[in-house]
Parts: sequence; C-alpha cells; structure tokens
Amino acid sequence: MYDPTVARLTYRALLGRRRALILGALPLLLIVISVAVRALSGADDQTAADVLGGFALATMVPIIGVIAGTGAIGPEIDDGSVVYLLAKPLKRPAIIFTKLIVAIAVTMVFSAVPTMIAGLILNGNGQQIAVAYTVAALVASIAYSALFLLLGTVSRHAVVFGLVYALVWEALFGSLVPGARTLSVQQWALAVAHKVAGGDLVTSEVGLTTAVVLLVAVTVLATWYAGQKLRSLKLAGEE
Amino acid sequence: MTTLSLDHVSRWFGNVVAVNDITMTIGPGVTGLLGPNGAGKSTLINMMGGFLAPSTGTVTLDGRPVWRNEEIYRHIGIVPEREAMYDFLTGREFVVANAELHGLGDEAARKALATVEMEYAQDRKIATYSKGMRQRVKMASALVHEPSLLLLDEPFNGMDPRQRMQLMGLLRKMGDEGRTVLFSSHILEEVEQLARHIEVVVAGRHAASGDYRKIRRLMTDRPHRYLVRSSDDRALAAALIADPSTSGIEVDHAEGALRVQAVDFGRFTTLLPKVARDHGIRLLTVSPSDESLESVFSYLVAA
Ligand SMILES: Nc1ncnc2c1ncn2[C@@H]1O[C@H](COP(=O)(O)OP(=O)(O)OP(=O)(O)O)[C@@H](O)[C@H]1O
Ligand SMILES: [Mg+2]
Repeated sequence: MYDPTVARLTYRALLGRRRALILGALPLLLIVISVAVRALSGADDQTAADVLGGFALATMVPIIGVIAGTGAIGPEIDDGSVVYLLAKPLKRPAIIFTKLIVAIAVTMVFSAVPTMIAGLILNGNGQQIAVAYTVAALVASIAYSALFLLLGTVSRHAVVFGLVYALVWEALFGSLVPGARTLSVQQWALAVAHKVAGGDLVTSEVGLTTAVVLLVAVTVLATWYAGQKLRSLKLAGEE
Repeated sequence: MTTLSLDHVSRWFGNVVAVNDITMTIGPGVTGLLGPNGAGKSTLINMMGGFLAPSTGTVTLDGRPVWRNEEIYRHIGIVPEREAMYDFLTGREFVVANAELHGLGDEAARKALATVEMEYAQDRKIATYSKGMRQRVKMASALVHEPSLLLLDEPFNGMDPRQRMQLMGLLRKMGDEGRTVLFSSHILEEVEQLARHIEVVVAGRHAASGDYRKIRRLMTDRPHRYLVRSSDDRALAAALIADPSTSGIEVDHAEGALRVQAVDFGRFTTLLPKVARDHGIRLLTVSPSDESLESVFSYLVAA
C-alpha cells in the first residue's frame, strides 16, 4: 500500500520553505506563550491544562491538520500535476493511503511534539497533563489528517473549508453548543487524554468507547472515500 | 501493434459540448490531431489518457477500457498541456520519481533524459526551466517506461525552432519503431511536417481524416476570397473575370474595393500581378479575406 516515491514527493511538497514556515509558526507561538505564562504565574496545573486544552488542542492541532491534510494532495489536484501520479499503474487507494501516512506524520511532528514541550515548560508534566495532551494531539492528528485529506481530494477550496471547520466548529461551537461537542475530533481526543491523565483536569464530553469508535470510523471512512474519489477524479482542461 | 479506438465518444461540460460523437482509430505511427483553439483537442486527449470519462461512448486500447483502469498506464505515456509539474524538484529528481512510480530505476530515468537531451540541465530545479526545457522533461517522464502509446497535448508550444526539430525527430523515430504516437496542434504546417496521418477536429466534431495531402487538398482546393484595391478596379475586374481561375467578382462600394473569389489558388496568385502589369494597373491592396484557420476549418466542416 505504502509507496515510498509518492511519500517522498508529498514530504517535499509539504515541507517546502513557505509551508514549513506556516507549519512552524503556531508551535513556536505555543512555546512562547508557555514560557511567558510560566514566567509570569509560575507552575500551575490548571493553567497548564487551560493553555494546552484551549490553544494547543483546540486551535493549533486542527490548523496544522488542515495545512498538512489538504496540502498533501490539494495543490497537486489544483495545478494538475497530480496527472504524473495518476498516469502510473498505481492503485488509487495506495496513493491516498501513502499521503495519509505522510500527513499524519507531519501533523504529529508539528503538533504533538510542541504540545509535549509546552506541557513540560508549563508545569513539568504535573498530574500527567503534558503527556495526556500530547496523546490527545497524536490521536487527533490521525483523524484530522484523514478528514482534511478527503477534503483536499474533493474540494478546490479545501483550506478555507478546513479552517472554517477547525476554527468555527472545533474551537467555537465545540465549546459552546453541547450537541456539537459529540461530533468533534477534539472531544474524542480528550476522551483518550482523560484516560491517560485521570483526575478532572482533562475531561471530555464523550465516553472513551464512543470516542474510539468514532475516531476509527471517521479515519477509515474518510480514507476509503478519498480513495474512491481519486479513482474517478476527472482532469479537465485549463478552463 | 497498439490501437486506440474511440467509439461514438461525446463529452459535455454543463451544456457546452466539447466533443461531439467522435469515432476514430489511431494506429501505429505518428498521428496529428489538428484543430483550432477550443476545438476539443485537450478534452479528447484527456479521454484517450483515461483522465476524463466520456459522457457517452467508449475509449479502448487494444480492446481494454482506458477509464478507471490504472494498469493501462504500463502502455501509455502522457505529455500534458498544463505546465504544472513538481517545480521544487530538479529535472533528474522528477524523471527518477516517474521511473520509480513505474517500478523502474535510475537507469531508465538516465536514458529518458539522454533521449530528450536534457542532461546538461538535469540538476537544476524545474522552477528555473524555460518552457521548452519543461516540455522536454515532461517528455522524458512520459518515455521512462517506453510506452507503446504516446499522447502529447500541444508538445511544440513554447519551443524554439531547434528544440522543435529535435522533438519532431524524436517523435518520428518513435513512430518508425512502431509505436502509436498522437499529438495535438492548432498549426497545420506543424502537423503536416510530422504526421503521416491527420485527424481534424472542429467545434467538437470530427471534421476530416486522412494523410496530409488529402487534408491540404481539402483546405486549398476551395474558393479563396481576396479583397483587392487598385488604381482601376473596373478594368482589373474585367480582365480577371476573363480567366477561368476567377469564379466571381463583386465591387464592394462601401470598402471601395473588389471582392474576388478564386477557385485555382496557384494559378490566381500568378495571374493577378501579371494582369495588373499588362493593363498598367497599380495594385494597392491584396489581402485574403478569410485566410484565418477558423474559416479554413469551418469550410472543412461544411464540406
Ligand atoms: N472543465 C471544463 N468545464 C467547462 N468547459 C470546458 C471544460 N474543459 C473544456 N471545456 C470547453 O470545451 C471546449 C473544448 O475545450 P478543449 O480544451 O478540449 O479545446 P482545445 O482544442 O484543447 O483548445 P486549445 O487549443 O485552446 O487547447 C471549449 O469550449 C472549452 O471551453
Ligand atoms: Mg488544449
């Protein structure tokens, strides 16, 4: 399934200079905030949970997911260069699977690693908060990558839709409207994080079983559907 | 033997009919797909390459369907019209990646780059390439697996005369090797220099098919119209109409000129200056009034 050449091309495209800068900006901001918070108010478990939950998991992880997930295929489809992948005896689902792995790896590196570092800075992993949110970021990276890779495959405006979803749904509705919280990658990831941390500093709106089932279902379905979409992707002329 | 068959293929986008009920067979050798801008050449090539489903009809390569059949790409090489490729790679990295995707190695890539004479720039980023260089690297990527069918959409666009000659030589050689090569162009001279067989498409329809002599004849053995201004239109008209190569003359008062219809193109072009000289008439303007390719093609469709 995994094609190393497709992976290499995808990594090179994702980690090109401009995109790498965008990918690096939010993690850098998280670290700067963490250093500032720690310096101003000292180590505090509640504060650490607020920063990691409110900024890292609710905002940074989905945005990194959008950039990596849609960026793994969207630009190629937009400019037509995907034709060089499609004109090969490669199974379409294998192309999607490989791009998913790359998107997950990139999202994990640019979101889970800085989350861990920020957690250590904030309260030195007191009450397992750093580890819990890092696990949440890892779990969320998988589902976000799959969702946004699908979005990049089906829509020319994937980045916009993705950002709207990430910011409006996950960050805003997710914390305001109760019903929306059940259908939120963030809450599913929090359910897993809660299991890791125990206590009541890290909590979720959904139970662990529901969360795991939904995470797996969304990831598998989105990936399968993206593979089908790529199979019948129509390349039209310039206009 | 590789034969590409289109059977009653149509393709529409919304209510624009881009390709209208085309049936054709493309066999070994070089075939030119000729048509003006917007004729449907790219749409046809995309369907031939399996990148676009026909709205109706079928495209098959030696009997196997092309659409949704990725195994077919073992036999097809494609040079797309669009410029976009992986600009952040060097030419060599790009061609090597294409070879790997076919399950081949560096050696295949090296050979393909040599074939298009791009070794000298293979370690530069594609982003820095000229149009002609891009075109040749695209060509190399299409050749790595030595396909039996090669589809090229406007391959000569942006090439200088030397590069054009070189690519023509290469395509001719591939045709002589028994491969099926199809390229599109909107320039008749380009097509007839290279293609043994020509398919003409106009406004989505299959307008003509045959060797270049037949196409040329269809295009030239027809009434040509000229707009002529002279020092004495009346005398000139009287003298011209006496010759069988002229089939009609009108005086266009608004333009202050003659509209001449000539049936024998070759004869008329020598007749006109001769008649003028013999009668002491000075020619002020001689301009073909319908020489644009579109009018040539619309004539073909009507025929
Ligand atoms: N994706 C699309 N959506 C809508 N219309 C399209 C699409 N692709 C092509 N068309 C229309 O179909 C017709 C044929 O276009 P096509 O690109 O195949 O022509 P062409 O012969 O390749 O022209 P050119 O010489 O300019 O490349 C045109 O009228 C074009 O506007
Ligand atoms: Mg075209």
